Amino acid sequence: MSYDRAITVFSPDGHLFQVDYAQEAVKKGSTAVGVRGKNVVVLGVEKKIVAKLQEDRTVRKICSLDDNVFMAFAGLTADARIIVNRARVECQSHRLTVEDPATVEYITRYISSIKQRYTQSNGRRPFGISSLIVGFDFDGTPHLYQTDPSGTYHAWKANAIGRSAKTVREFLEKNYKEDMESDTDTIKLAIRALLEVVQSGGKNIELAIMKRDESMKMLAQEEIEEYVTAIETEKQKKT
Amino acid sequence: MEYLIGIQGQDFVLVAADNIAANSIIQMKQDQDKMFKLSDKILLLCVGEAGDTVQFAEYIQKNIQLYKMRNGYELSPKAAANFTRKNLADYLRSRTPYHVNLLLAGFDETDGPGLYYMDHLSALAKAPFAAHGYGAYLTLSILDRYYRPDLTRDEAVDLLKKCIEELNKRFILNLPSFSVRLIDKEGIHDLEKLMPVGAK
Repeated sequence: MSYDRAITVFSPDGHLFQVDYAQEAVKKGSTAVGVRGKNVVVLGVEKKIVAKLQEDRTVRKICSLDDNVFMAFAGLTADARIIVNRARVECQSHRLTVEDPATVEYITRYISSIKQRYTQSNGRRPFGISSLIVGFDFDGTPHLYQTDPSGTYHAWKANAIGRSAKTVREFLEKNYKEDMESDTDTIKLAIRALLEVVQSGGKNIELAIMKRDESMKMLAQEEIEEYVTAIETEKQKKT
Repeated sequence: MEYLIGIQGQDFVLVAADNIAANSIIQMKQDQDKMFKLSDKILLLCVGEAGDTVQFAEYIQKNIQLYKMRNGYELSPKAAANFTRKNLADYLRSRTPYHVNLLLAGFDETDGPGLYYMDHLSALAKAPFAAHGYGAYLTLSILDRYYRPDLTRDEAVDLLKKCIEELNKRFILNLPSFSVRLIDKEGIHDLEKLMPVGAK
């Protein structure tokens, strides 16, 4: 039991308990899903239910890091703010030193190395967030990466993090099609995946897309509703 | 040796800079662009100590972009000018001051067009027209005589041509070409390069 006090101490069976517990914190966060299409990348998040008096728009879980990269996270929002800020500065720093925009992999590696540093330092705790980072490199290739509190990262074609991530991932595994040419199909897949776990449908979904050579676009509520209605009609046609 | 000029109209700002990059008595490059795009509607024109110019201008450029990423909207030209001035002023009393002279031109949704003059001592002044370099001594009087606040775009370009003709006539150095750009509510537009032909 004493092995979970200090982050810098391994347990006898090779665990860093603080990192495991951080991953538990992530599992408590609201769901986020990411899909990599051929010409568009999509991030969707489950909007948390806000209190009656709270202003809806101040809860932003999808953040733009640069003109070609954006991310969503699951877990401790305050921790995410720090990571997002460091990543934004690094994106500009990269442009300043190298005259080129950072690739999605570069910025993912940077974020992961910050997270890893905090699993090996005395007196600090790991970041309680997993993030989905999407974007286009300057050669036009789309990417989707996932990072977690331990500081590892992997590339994915589609993935989900947070509450009910397992259910959403299973749905994506069943329904993801290679070479989804149409942007609408990619967007619909992300929405359908979120609808599996989100209560009361389209109103609780926030969606952002990025097409090649364009900047990130947050979809308006009406646009999301349009997709949701289209999905419902398709579902009815099938049954 | 280098020359910058800016002219503000009713709903636009016209700016021009020479294209020579020199090293002592040699012209190293005849197509140097001395204008830096800070955002969709703001240009920073920068001359001065070699190296300092690009270093400082790019540093400001990336910080303006960082502001946009952090806050979701871009800095206004006035805010950008003051940010630049503050940076320049801070470095001035350090061991590594930047020796640069700047013109910042921009278009704001609410305030309209704006031209800001900044020098290496970190003075900042908003002005209807401005110029930097030895060429300024020759052209400011022309601007004094012919400038009107209600200039149209074509009239402003003609005024700019007058200034450049004067440089071609009376300035000891040969400045064969000038980049010209115009900023209005639609953004930054590249105009034709001005290349004065043989003095009369």
